[in-house]
Amino acid sequence: MPAMDFYKQISDNKRMTILLFLAFFILIGVLAGIISLLLGGLNIYGFTYFTVFGILIILFAIISYYSCDSIVTFVSGAKEADRQKFNQLYNIVEEMCIASGLPKPRVFVIGDSAINAFATGRDPQHAVVCVTTGCLSRLNREELQGVIAHELSHVKNYDIRTMTIATVLVGIAVLLSDLILRFAFYSKGNSDSKDGRLFIVLIIVAVILAALTPLIANLIKLAVSRKREFMADAGSAEMTRNPLALASALEKISKDTEPLEAANKATAHLYISDPLKNNKGLWLKGMFSTHPPVSERISLLKGIKY
Amino acid sequence: MLVLLAIVGFVVIVGIVAIAIYNSLISTLKQVENAWAQIDVQLKRRADLIPNLVETVKGYAKFEKGVLEGVTKARSALMSAKGPKDAANAENMLSGALKSLFAVAEAYPTLKANENFKALQEELSSTENKVAFARQFYNDMVMKWNTMILTFPNNLFAGLFGMNKEKEFFQVTEEEKKTVKVDFSGM
Repeated sequence: MPAMDFYKQISDNKRMTILLFLAFFILIGVLAGIISLLLGGLNIYGFTYFTVFGILIILFAIISYYSCDSIVTFVSGAKEADRQKFNQLYNIVEEMCIASGLPKPRVFVIGDSAINAFATGRDPQHAVVCVTTGCLSRLNREELQGVIAHELSHVKNYDIRTMTIATVLVGIAVLLSDLILRFAFYSKGNSDSKDGRLFIVLIIVAVILAALTPLIANLIKLAVSRKREFMADAGSAEMTRNPLALASALEKISKDTEPLEAANKATAHLYISDPLKNNKGLWLKGMFSTHPPVSERISLLKGIKY
Repeated sequence: MLVLLAIVGFVVIVGIVAIAIYNSLISTLKQVENAWAQIDVQLKRRADLIPNLVETVKGYAKFEKGVLEGVTKARSALMSAKGPKDAANAENMLSGALKSLFAVAEAYPTLKANENFKALQEELSSTENKVAFARQFYNDMVMKWNTMILTFPNNLFAGLFGMNKEKEFFQVTEEEKKTVKVDFSGM
């Protein structure tokens, strides 16, 4: 891998966002088409359903783009941190903002003893940085600083936009395919004269759903390449000029066996280290892991020279 | 006619390039100035915290008088400092005085347990960090500016606009001079 270029990462991220949107519209369009077929058939009713679905989905996409930070923090069970109670956390965030020239993000806390953190938002002006209470109690000040700087690097590189949009879009796709499954079962129960046509549609649905799951997994993987985590680690070192503190934080995180309860498959890739603690199955782990191995990240951090 | 058109086209292109370079020079210059102002903001914040600290510590009567005087003296030296060099000296003096104060405080368990003292200690060490990071950011911005005005084609226009003066780094230590390098060639 050649030397990293932060500006290239930013423009790659902006291009990736457009690609994600395109892939999303095609996928969602197909799904909405299937639902319309199921509900109205191939006629004016079906077309009306399709139009209504289209408008609702576009509205939903626009709303999610502008409120993705609230959606992600809500799903993760994070609460905005109190300025008095979490004074040191705010101080550290301010220090890192000064070091990087970024505007101050909103700071959130998850009440969970696992050590983890994530950042979200659509751009540096609307960013959220979130840590677990386990992070605050089990990391020392310098380690916490390294973790916060890592998250702020995601903000600076526009990783947050790409990653958060990927989360929301995948969520919509999963929701729609779930809806189709329900409709399919429901229609099957009341099968009448439309039986023949419905049967064909159901087969199509089944095939598309089967094809959908790996596609979604690949979409997340595309958006969350391993390079992104390495870049954020290097960005953290650039801010703190103290890569060893982040290395020691990562070491503590890797020894922590406790999974984060509020995390799920949809948000796992947002965190600094895999919150689900997927350690079983060697080849499976490589295929589906959202994060590079911690040992590799630590040895790279230790190699950073001034 | 064709020659005239070519000349006009050339002038327009040069004009557009000049405007673009002028704007990026100005915005970088503002970033440098802003980074410098940020250092002052943090220094003032620290100076404001010190009387509180001295008040809190004074209550513990046996506390070494010399240490407190050192802190107060360093603070007033900083307040009256003129120019970056002077300020840097006073700042180092204050950092040293604070360090010895907190070291001495280790010997006073009741003081160490005082909530007010603990909060002040966090505020001061955070402000220390903020001062250091503000300087680091200022130096990053100075480096950006210096690189900008010396590289082609900016250097041609920077002289024309009278903006070709290199900025001075703030108390460059060996550690701050070098940038982070990461080698991914082994991956």
